[in-house]
Amino acid sequence: MFDYDFMRAAFMASGIVAVLAGLVGFFLVLRGQTFAGHALSHVGFTGATGAVLFGLPPLAGLVGFTVIAGLAMGALGERLSQRDVAIGMMLSLALGLGLLFLHFYTSYAAQAAALLFGNVLGVDDEALAALAILAALSLAALGFIARPLIFASLQPELAEARGVDLRLVSTVFLMIVAIAVSECAQIVGVLLVFTLMVGPAAAALAFTRRLHAAIALAALLALAEAWGGLTLAYYSDWPTSFWITALSGLVYFASLVSARRSA
Amino acid sequence: MSALRFDQVAIKLGGRTILSAADFAVEDGEFVGVLGANGAGKTTLMRASLGLVPLAAGAIAVLGAPATRGHARVGYMPQNRGPIAGLRLTGYDMVASGVKGAHWGLPRLDAAERREIDWALDMVDARKIAGRSLNEISGGERQRLLLSQALIGRPKLLLLDEPLISLDPAHQKNVVDTVKRLSEELKIAVLFSAHEINPLLSAIDRVLYLGAGKAVLGAVDEVIAGPTLSRLYGAEIEVLRVGGRIFVMSGDVEMERDSHRHEHGDAHGHDHQDHAHADESRA
Repeated sequence: MFDYDFMRAAFMASGIVAVLAGLVGFFLVLRGQTFAGHALSHVGFTGATGAVLFGLPPLAGLVGFTVIAGLAMGALGERLSQRDVAIGMMLSLALGLGLLFLHFYTSYAAQAAALLFGNVLGVDDEALAALAILAALSLAALGFIARPLIFASLQPELAEARGVDLRLVSTVFLMIVAIAVSECAQIVGVLLVFTLMVGPAAAALAFTRRLHAAIALAALLALAEAWGGLTLAYYSDWPTSFWITALSGLVYFASLVSARRSA
Repeated sequence: MSALRFDQVAIKLGGRTILSAADFAVEDGEFVGVLGANGAGKTTLMRASLGLVPLAAGAIAVLGAPATRGHARVGYMPQNRGPIAGLRLTGYDMVASGVKGAHWGLPRLDAAERREIDWALDMVDARKIAGRSLNEISGGERQRLLLSQALIGRPKLLLLDEPLISLDPAHQKNVVDTVKRLSEELKIAVLFSAHEINPLLSAIDRVLYLGAGKAVLGAVDEVIAGPTLSRLYGAEIEVLRVGGRIFVMSGDVEMERDSHRHEHGDAHGHDHQDHAHADESRA
């Protein structure tokens, strides 16, 4: 299957995205912010449809819109009681706008499906380069904030007292999430971003009790699920996104059984 | 040099005066119980000492320097214990996250930092607990881990916000005894807030009582007395001493017991046998 250019590109693209999604997703799960990640992906849908409407590449719209949304979420702060409502409102507002953009650009149905459910086999060299650069930048940023991010996720009030700027860390993190979500949307689509960002991370946290091991395992599981999904799709001719969600679900439920046994 | 000095401090939050003209000094190595009704400002007083709350007037000095965020020699145990009760990670990793937690970069620990963590765990006898999952240990065991995390950096002042909440009497005594031992062995000044004076009576040197925007620091017998408390509460307060225990009464209502109930809701009552459950209900 590696004889085909598009398969090699698909393996490389999904490999880059899976590692980024697994690592970023781990912190999303640790911080209980998975809903924010979900909302960002829907905002990305609006960004992508809007970009196409104005003749720009969808990835530019995805990244631009989600990063701005991540910045806004971080700036609004972390008032827990209001967070879900505010995010939910933003989510539906964004989807509504996306619908409007689709309405104005009716010949867009095929690309809309690709956005919603992913199209890893359509990744060209240019997109691959963009994915690689964005992933490298995001991982560098994540590495830079890793220590205060972990501290602030586990003990927010103590971290604040020890001098961690909670809002800064949270805002930078949400912008990294925005990029990871945009990349993920290229592979599995905006509707299935959870499958690479949340599934592997949640499974990793159930498989091991150690922080560093869980972080590494989240990336490894995401990679295995993405490549496994591609391989199964190649031989079965079923959609890649389906296989990735199936593997992600399987691993997650297996992790729950394993956690219960070792408890 | 005092461990903590309030100099004519006033604090206003959202238009409400929490403290006015608070003036007191906690000496080095002193164990002070912080008491007062709900909303009297116990948490605010600690957060102000950490430089997290702006002052309307006056100044706070911590170990001889103005109070600022991130003071290396101040340990803190917040009342809100974060999400850790629901996590499957080990206690060790939770404690370790606080080592240089405010520095940028990847969280790597060198040998000296690992020794520091082991020391902090040993100080509260929590080395074994630290190997287990945070969601599998009891509320009292999590409390000990948080206490050991507060010891990272070898503080000279410890601010402990309601460490006894949702613990049964046996665990309460254990926490108070542990803090007393730490205070004496390591010469740490401790501010220990609580709903009730009685669990602290055997351990504390002095008591800091907050009420009606005022703060009074003094010996237990001076402060927990009818005239002082009547002034702080702005109501007639009677203090009864029965068999080495103290009961603060306003009319026929027992003040501290009542405020304790209020915090948890009546369903939980006064004693918590199931502390893990009570912890979750607070989260």
